[in-house]
Amino acid sequence: MKLAKQVKTLAAALALGFSAAQAQAADQSLLNSSYDIARELFASYNEHFADYWKNKTGQTVEIRQSHGGSSRQAQAIIQGLRADVVTYNQVTDVDVLHERGNLLPADWREQLPNASSPYYSTMAYLVRKGNPKNIQNWDDLAREDVSSVFPNPKTSGNGRYTYLAAYGYAQQVFGDDQAAIDAFVRTFLNRVAVFDTGGRGATTTFVERGIGDVLLTFESEVNNIIAEYPDHGFEVVVPKVSFLAEFPVAVVERHAERNGNLELARAYLEELYSEDAQRLLAGFNYRVHNETVQAEFADQFPPLELLTIEQIAGSWESAMTEHFANGGKLDQLQRR
Amino acid sequence: MRTASHLRVGDQPWVKWSLISLALTLVGLLLVVPLVAIFAQAFSGGLQTYVANLTDYYTLRAIGLTLFVAALTVPINLVFGVFLAWLVTRFEFPGRKLLITLIDIPFAVSPVVAGLLYLLLYGSNGWLGGWLMDQDIQLMFSWPGILMVTVFVTCPFVARELIPLMQQQGREEEEAGVTLGASGWQLFRRVTLPNIQWALIYGVVLTNARAVGEFGAVSVVSGNIRGETNTLPLHVELLYQDYNVVGAFTSASLLAGIALLTLLVKSFIEWRQMRQRAALSEEEV
Repeated sequence: MKLAKQVKTLAAALALGFSAAQAQAADQSLLNSSYDIARELFASYNEHFADYWKNKTGQTVEIRQSHGGSSRQAQAIIQGLRADVVTYNQVTDVDVLHERGNLLPADWREQLPNASSPYYSTMAYLVRKGNPKNIQNWDDLAREDVSSVFPNPKTSGNGRYTYLAAYGYAQQVFGDDQAAIDAFVRTFLNRVAVFDTGGRGATTTFVERGIGDVLLTFESEVNNIIAEYPDHGFEVVVPKVSFLAEFPVAVVERHAERNGNLELARAYLEELYSEDAQRLLAGFNYRVHNETVQAEFADQFPPLELLTIEQIAGSWESAMTEHFANGGKLDQLQRR
Repeated sequence: MRTASHLRVGDQPWVKWSLISLALTLVGLLLVVPLVAIFAQAFSGGLQTYVANLTDYYTLRAIGLTLFVAALTVPINLVFGVFLAWLVTRFEFPGRKLLITLIDIPFAVSPVVAGLLYLLLYGSNGWLGGWLMDQDIQLMFSWPGILMVTVFVTCPFVARELIPLMQQQGREEEEAGVTLGASGWQLFRRVTLPNIQWALIYGVVLTNARAVGEFGAVSVVSGNIRGETNTLPLHVELLYQDYNVVGAFTSASLLAGIALLTLLVKSFIEWRQMRQRAALSEEEV
């Protein structure tokens, strides 16, 4: 049995090594389930929070991060991933935690300021060097000589926001004239060169395959893309009117309670609203509510009119059923 | 043997050479270029960036977890595969054929489906998951879950390598051993194992390669916790999503390296097996 014994010792040693490394000497540990591209943001905020918590309570805290597409992340929590807090980029993905898992209360949006959205962003344009097609606003995207790239609103939150932004703009311009609104959005959708399934795919299409004159994505993301591809000379254009993209946060109360982390989890999210944290968030190209920080970053964030989901479609629920469900407005307008 | 009137397809030089160059072009475009591209991208920031990416805390943890899971998967499937192959080639029993077919299920099922099955069974809404949660046992979204799906996906490899060989070898040698009074363990060590050792190693190499590279099933049950349940293949995707292309290719180059190493070991074993067979047939003559 020598071989079997050796194997056993090896496995035990490995297991020990792995789990020993895992149980780092922190007093408390918190699991944050987050969206895809927020890794650096939270790596930075977690450092800030760990210091803050240490000063306040004298305890060390280790914050573990899980990142992925936020709908899938929510699904994992319902299936048993014991995250203490969620920091997502879509309100509907937090709602799901209440509806299907009853893991947090229905009124989660009232638990923290600004509808539980400590920071926000909007849809902006990334155009090629020198903005050769002179793209400034939504009506430019309906022009015949312009082709745009953004992810499919059916599969991507990013794409949904873009669609709603264009729709909201049309509502503003055409008022009650539903036929004109529909016509505008139909043309806008017709000008799309490629519908990728996600934001990353759309970026690849625009940058590496060189398709389209304009890429539509979060303002926060646009700046990351410019930093990632400095040689292309891309430029950012922020339209005069756009959609308010909220980044909702919530404590997954049932899990946090179980993990004995309720107080820590609440403090983790509340601290996001502090001036230092807001400054840190602004540094990652997100817009924030704190007025001092807003003034500091005024150059970076041109003022614009932000339309809320309530203004455009009443609520997320009705937006989903009226616009994005099968046979909904989006499907009708896409039919060519 | 051959006359001008009996030219076969491909005998004419231009046919032969155009076929060869077509095949080579396809192999180059489909296999070689992407492989080279991985390494080219990984080293595009210079050696220092490569090392920096490699020694990044989360990359090291991903490597650690991947090796850890593989190190557990291989022995489990080694024992399971040998046991199963022994069972179906040395004994006759009702349902034997069915069992041989069942072994192939992990090959036939898409890994993502396998992952979902485990999630539906052991996730907190699943049949066993609720009970497990009450006992405070976390299988899914932690390393045991990753191990479970990896074992499932890789379980046919060893058995699949051994079954044909053991069928071909027959049981005469073992029966001779039994008549000479060998115990079960002696029989296995002295007779069976030497006969199957190269096929066994081959099976282990394949199991290991797949265990290290598995993406689909693992991604379903992983939960994507950085530094904790993120395996190397998942880490590649994650870095790519984060716009860290060089980092993604650095991790990918490790996986490609493992693949190349696997091929090398595989060729070596095939060469050994061929020599063994040649020696064997000489003896018989």
